Amino acid sequence: MAVTIRRRDESTPAERLDAIIALPDAALVAAATDLAGELLAIGEAALTSWLAAKGATPTKAEVEGFRLLALHRQGARGDPSFNACRETCRELAYHYNCVRQASDEAEAARRIRLGAMVARHLVLFVDGKLEIAGLGEFCCSSRPLRLRDAATGQS
Amino acid sequence: MSGKYKRVAYYPGCALEGTGHAYNRSTKALGKALQLDIVELKNWNCCGAMEVKNVDPKLQTYLSARNLSIAEDMGFDTVMAPCNGCYHNLKKAEYDLANDQASREVNQRLSSKAGHKTYEAGKVETIHALDWIKQAIGEEGLKTRVKNSLKGLKIANYYGCMYTRPRHIFPEKDQGPGSESTSKPHFMDDLLAAAGAENVEYPLKTACCGGAHTLSDSDTSTKLVLNLLTTAEACGADVIATECPTCHTGLEMHQARAEKVFGKKTSVRILYFTQLLGMALGLSARKVGVHENLSESRDLLRDRGLL
Repeated sequence: MAVTIRRRDESTPAERLDAIIALPDAALVAAATDLAGELLAIGEAALTSWLAAKGATPTKAEVEGFRLLALHRQGARGDPSFNACRETCRELAYHYNCVRQASDEAEAARRIRLGAMVARHLVLFVDGKLEIAGLGEFCCSSRPLRLRDAATGQS
Repeated sequence: MSGKYKRVAYYPGCALEGTGHAYNRSTKALGKALQLDIVELKNWNCCGAMEVKNVDPKLQTYLSARNLSIAEDMGFDTVMAPCNGCYHNLKKAEYDLANDQASREVNQRLSSKAGHKTYEAGKVETIHALDWIKQAIGEEGLKTRVKNSLKGLKIANYYGCMYTRPRHIFPEKDQGPGSESTSKPHFMDDLLAAAGAENVEYPLKTACCGGAHTLSDSDTSTKLVLNLLTTAEACGADVIATECPTCHTGLEMHQARAEKVFGKKTSVRILYFTQLLGMALGLSARKVGVHENLSESRDLLRDRGLL
């Protein structure tokens, strides 16, 4: 099943992230807070699409103040799972906080750019999962344990 | 430094006999230079890797358990596996045998049929090459042995996805100071810093390299690797240090493929952490197999006085 999430301006999330990464520092700094929020939203949209494709209703809850982390927790359960993007989601939340608390403009610009690269990995990873769903397991590392965890109700 | 692991059983696994040969060569050379004794398991077999595990997880548990049984028979209580896939699978087997009766029964049945001793959980500890150097030598021990400092070399440390996941098969991790972290691993960072390197902050150190996609969806693998490479460059890295042969080969191959297929050239070099530590200890680039890498790093190493 291939699902490509399109934005209102018809760019894909990956294209939008490429565009953010290419922006000059001044443009990143001028819209720092909005862009940090947009990166989180792109991450949430990727996980939401994946959950929907799996037949789940994406949660509106938050974990540690982030819906992204709640969505990850939801998607990490069962099989197939996107457990393997836990740190990528946490890095995205971390960069959101770093942008909002950046002590200078150069640091804010750097954090937005790195955050966009982290979000791009998440988008590529989840899109890959969607595309490969018909071929079986994507993440090879922990399927047997996840199956058992799902059966016993562990997270 | 605990002084543990001065003499351990060595399980190279299949990859280190093939595409990861430079990792095998550099691990052995590093052990010799540090006067650490590693003894290869006799008649070892595949750990079950990804393929067997996905088809029959309990058969994979048996295959890994057989290797642990061999280590026990050879008189070892520790086996060191440099490959993340092997390390993960041996750990998983240990977990399964400790927690799952059905896995124990399959292991018992297949071991009897194969005519060897049945491995029981808790007899042999599996460690990674990072644990081995960290515990046997430690950062202070490395500092006193460095002959060619890695000073000036900016490194992004890339651990891949199997070194820390799933968390519950690595009970020794996340145990506070001195232990490895599953969310932000740092053992490789610690060792390379002790050898003089400057580690950069790298937000994708445990992100997926697309290894499982390589054949079924090469473009996705290439895009994932390209993102790892461009992010490392954005972080200021000259080199990505690796500790897994599958990740390492994937980074090398898809770096070339990204240029060929997508026209995206990156210049960050890819080296095993064992190669970097070996050169810091004064071993030649050839001795640690730099010439066997696909990623051409000799110009950079020459510039930094390591060649």
